[in-house]
This record gives sequence, C-alpha cells and structure tokens, in this order.
Amino acid sequence: MTTPAYPELNYLNATHGIRSWLLTKDHKRIALLYLISVTVFFGLGGMFAGLIRLELTTPAGDLLAADTYNKMFTMHGIVMIFFFLIPSIPAILGNFLIPIMIGAKDLAFPRINLLSWYIYIIGGSFTLYAIVVGGVDTGWTFYTPYSTSASNTNVLPTGIGIFITGFSSILTGLNFIVTIHRMRAPGLTWFRLPLFVWAHYATSLIQILGTPVVAITVLMLAAERAFGIGIFNPALGGDPVLFQHLFWFYSHPAVYIMILPAMGVISELVACFSRKPIFGYSFVAFSSLAIAVFGFLVWAHHMFVAGISPYAAMVFSFLSFAVAIPSAVKTFNWAATMYKGAIWLASPMIFVFGFLGLFTIGGLTGLFLASLGTDIHIHDTYFVVAHFHYIMVGGAIMGYLAGIHFYWPKITGRMYPEAWAKFSALAVFVGFNLTFFPQFILGYMGMPRRYHTYPPEFQVLNVLSSAGATILAVGYSIPLIYLLWSLKYGKVAGNNPWGATGLEWKTQSPPLTENFTETPIVTEEPYDYARQGAHVG
Amino acid sequence: MSGHVSPKSMYFTIFGALMFFTALTVGVAFVDLGHLNFPVALAIAITKATLVILFFMHVIHSSRLTKLIVATGFFFLLILFGLTMTDYLTRGIQPNGQKGSMITQH
Repeated sequence: MTTPAYPELNYLNATHGIRSWLLTKDHKRIALLYLISVTVFFGLGGMFAGLIRLELTTPAGDLLAADTYNKMFTMHGIVMIFFFLIPSIPAILGNFLIPIMIGAKDLAFPRINLLSWYIYIIGGSFTLYAIVVGGVDTGWTFYTPYSTSASNTNVLPTGIGIFITGFSSILTGLNFIVTIHRMRAPGLTWFRLPLFVWAHYATSLIQILGTPVVAITVLMLAAERAFGIGIFNPALGGDPVLFQHLFWFYSHPAVYIMILPAMGVISELVACFSRKPIFGYSFVAFSSLAIAVFGFLVWAHHMFVAGISPYAAMVFSFLSFAVAIPSAVKTFNWAATMYKGAIWLASPMIFVFGFLGLFTIGGLTGLFLASLGTDIHIHDTYFVVAHFHYIMVGGAIMGYLAGIHFYWPKITGRMYPEAWAKFSALAVFVGFNLTFFPQFILGYMGMPRRYHTYPPEFQVLNVLSSAGATILAVGYSIPLIYLLWSLKYGKVAGNNPWGATGLEWKTQSPPLTENFTETPIVTEEPYDYARQGAHVG
Repeated sequence: MSGHVSPKSMYFTIFGALMFFTALTVGVAFVDLGHLNFPVALAIAITKATLVILFFMHVIHSSRLTKLIVATGFFFLLILFGLTMTDYLTRGIQPNGQKGSMITQH
C-alpha cells in the first residue's frame, strides 16, 4: 500500500492569519474554534472536579471551607454542563461533519454559525468573570429561594452567562435543522442519512424547543433577585416548586442534548468497526426522535421529594420508565449490529465499548431513581451523582472521545499513535469506574451529595473514588498530548483510513473549504459495508 | 420559501389591531371582571400573538413544514403547562383519592 499524500490545498491552509479564523464562515474552521474553547472549559471544569475529589479524600473539611466547597461543585457543574457537555459533540463534530455527511458546502446559515461561537464566548466570559470575582454557590441547579434571596455570591453574572450561551445552542440547533431539511445532496433521502445526522436532528429539536424555557426561567430568577419581583420566593408570594418545574423542563432534556449526539457517534462507529450495516436502521433513527419527545415528559422525576402531588409523581415515574425504551432499542440494535460482525478493535472502537458498558449502567440505575419508593431513599445522595456521571461522563464524554478519535484523521488529515489511544481508552474506562462505582455504594449507604465532610466509615470508598479520578485525569490528558503531536508528526491519513462508508470519507482529508469538488450524487444505501468491503485508504 | 409579498396596508392594519388590543388590555385592567380578569387578559394576549405569528412572521403564507414547526412549538408549550398542572391541580389529594392535607404526622 502506498502512503497517501497530504492534500496541498485544504480548509486549514486555504487562507492565513488570525483574522481568517476569527471571521471565518467555514463550518469546519468554526468547529475547530469550538474545539479549542470547549477544551479550555473542560480543563477548567476538570480542575474544579479535582479540588472536590481532593477535599473528599479525608472525612474532615480540611482543604476547602464549606463555602468554598459549595462554590467548587457549583462551578464544576455549570462549566461542565453549559460550556462543555452541551456544545461538545454538536458544535464540534456536528458542525464539522453534518454538511460533509449530507454533501453540502456549508451549513444553511454560515454567518449565524459564526455568531453562535461568539455568543458562546460572550456567555462564557460572563461566567468566567463570575468565577474570577468569587464564584457562585447555589449548585448548578440555582434552586430558589436560596438563589434569589439568600446567596450572596455571583448569581446574576453566572445566570446572564448561561442565558446568553443558551442562544448559541439555539442557533446551532436551528442551523442544523434547516441544513438537514434543505441541503441534502441529490439522492440522499431521509432514510439514507447517516444516523449521526438523525441524532443531531433530534438534538436540535430539543435545543430549539427547550433552551428558551431555561432562558426565561433564568431571566425570572434574575428579576426576582435584582428587583424583588415575587415569582419563586414564597415570602414574596411566589412558588419555589414552580422554579423546579421550569428549570427541569429544559434541564432534563438537556441530558439528551448531551447523550443523543454521542449515540449518533456510536451508531457510525459500531457499523464501521463491525463491518456490517447497522441493525434496524429505522428503529435507531426513530428512537432518536422518540428520546427527543419523551425526554420532555419526564422532568419532575427530579422533584419526587420536593412536594409535588402523589398523582404527578406517579405520572412522571411511569413516563420516566417509558423513556428508557428508545435508549434500550438503540443499545440492543448496536449489540445486534456487532453480532457476527468482523469486529476491528481500533482505538475508537475501544471507546465505543467503554460507552456501551458505562451508558448501560447509567441508564439502568436511572430506573432505580424513577421508582418512587427507591428514590426517597437515594434522592440527593451520591447514588444520584454516580448515576448521572455514568450517563454524562461515561456516556457522553466516551462518545465524544470516540468521535474525536474516529474523525481526527478527517479533521486534520493525520493519524495519531494508535497504541497511546488504546491506552487512553483503557485508562479512562478503569479510572472512570474506580471514580464513580464507589459512589453508588456511598449513596446507597446514605452519603448525601454536596457536603464537604462525611463520617469516617465512608473514607475508604471516597479515597478509592479520588484515586480513580487521578487515573481518569491521566486518561483525559494523554489524548491532548498525542493529538497535538499528530498535527505535525502524525502519519498522513488518506481519505478513508477506517474504510468507512459515508460521503465524509469520499472527500479528501482534510477537506477542501468547499468540502467537495463537485456535488456528490448518492446512489447507495447507508452503511453498505457488504458492498464496500474492507477497503482502507 | 414563500414567494408571497404582502402589501404594506396589511402590516399597517395588523399594527393598528395590535395597538387596539394593547389599549384594550390597559382598559380592561381598570375593570374588575372577577374570575374573568385573567382569562380575558390572556385571550387578548393570545389574539395579539396569533396576529404577529400569522402575519408579521408570514406563517399564514408559509409552507406546511413551517406551519408544522410552529405548531410543534405550541405543542411543547402545552406539554409544559399540561404536565405542570398534573402537579398543581392535584395537590392535597391523597393516594387513596381523599382530599385533605398531605401532612398527616407531625
């Protein structure tokens, strides 16, 4: 096999200078702008997590004062959710890939795409300002009336930051929906679309339908805090449970904004590395839409002990069980795709296996929490913390890393050292389980979340968890090094190093600014690996 | 994309209607309608919003897909209100169906 040549002309060298990046309308360059800024926020959120775990290695509150600890877990949550997890896959991989996957030159609204990044940066700056001038201590959930009348920390600038950043998310979703509807290449029917695109379509629906609600909620919170307008504070005639209803109407579906794109990545990778068409394509596609819709019907399972009526609790418990079905449909379809497949254990696939195991545990423990009786015992304990980290870190970040590794050759035109990538995947998997599995046990034993001290009998499990966090940090740091290394020293990847199907692998790596020299015409069914064979290069 | 171009007179007419309804909102605020205070204010607001969506946002002349997207937005608003009401309208009803205080022990 001859070594492929690095394309002389591509989107990375089409124009030069910082101005050409900051004013770019190319979806691929905007994706890289997001990649850099989202990685910075991930590092920041990770630093807060590190301090939390360091504090919890001993039962006494000897590293951080109680107030400081409150700020740490609040800022960890806010940064990780609003500035890392929500934009990560859609704004980076979605931005880069959706136009190429559908055979288009760009997104429908390239300027709005760039605007969304600037809005993200402005919102992020407000939140960074809040962090620098002293932080915020309400928890990422901003529960009232504490956030509106009691907390003396920087609630307003943080809230404004989240309000602004929400528009970045809305604009990205809007752009994706219009692009997928109107800019598909000739022959690319809905049922020939890659499942990554279906997943992002569903995600976009949540972004444009849910985000305005949290924006208005944060605005009402600001109105109460700044002007004393009684909306949520009972002392002013408001209702604190109303805040929780409005907040979770967005913030539960937000979990699906994080996990659906990861599911899209997994569908692509499972088919590619099993060398088989995806099992039950239409079921996987429609399960994304089902998750998007059902995801809006379950929010009050966060509020079972908040004083909602028993009738409402029963309704939301039933609906929460129901939302597990489309997720299970996907998981079983991925397993069926791998069945009798020619599985290639390349590094992205190792991340996929990590995703499958961790997401399944995260999803199933969600059912414990959806059960009304069990939830009373484990509500607001470390069981909940472990559960949602299995979904958001074990699921969403594993999917993100799988996607970054799979598409890195397309994005940069170069390969990374495979052995290091496999080592990273294993380190993340081992480190993750060591960090978060003990937390299930701690929670079940009754350790509440958000406390900086705990009884001495919980120390062994907490030390295990903190030790796991260091392994996890190593697992996350290694890719940063070898991916940067690969930019200069990596082997030239060629158009299709994985032998994958899909339009994105038919163009050069890295692609031209226009993505394709001529508009592709699609005549093949998706994931046609039987016809494609194992052609690599 | 709709190729329909609306005459300027339509915009002025709708603007006039919106101003009329705004005045009506203010006027009604000075009249105590009892239980009807809230429904009347809400009805006026919904009428105004409908005019804006249909005419200013051109939905009335748009494709069926655009109409579907708009309807979806309202459907989700209905979910927000409807499911929130499963809580508010059933507060104080005990699991055995009896009305009364939820707090039975002190």
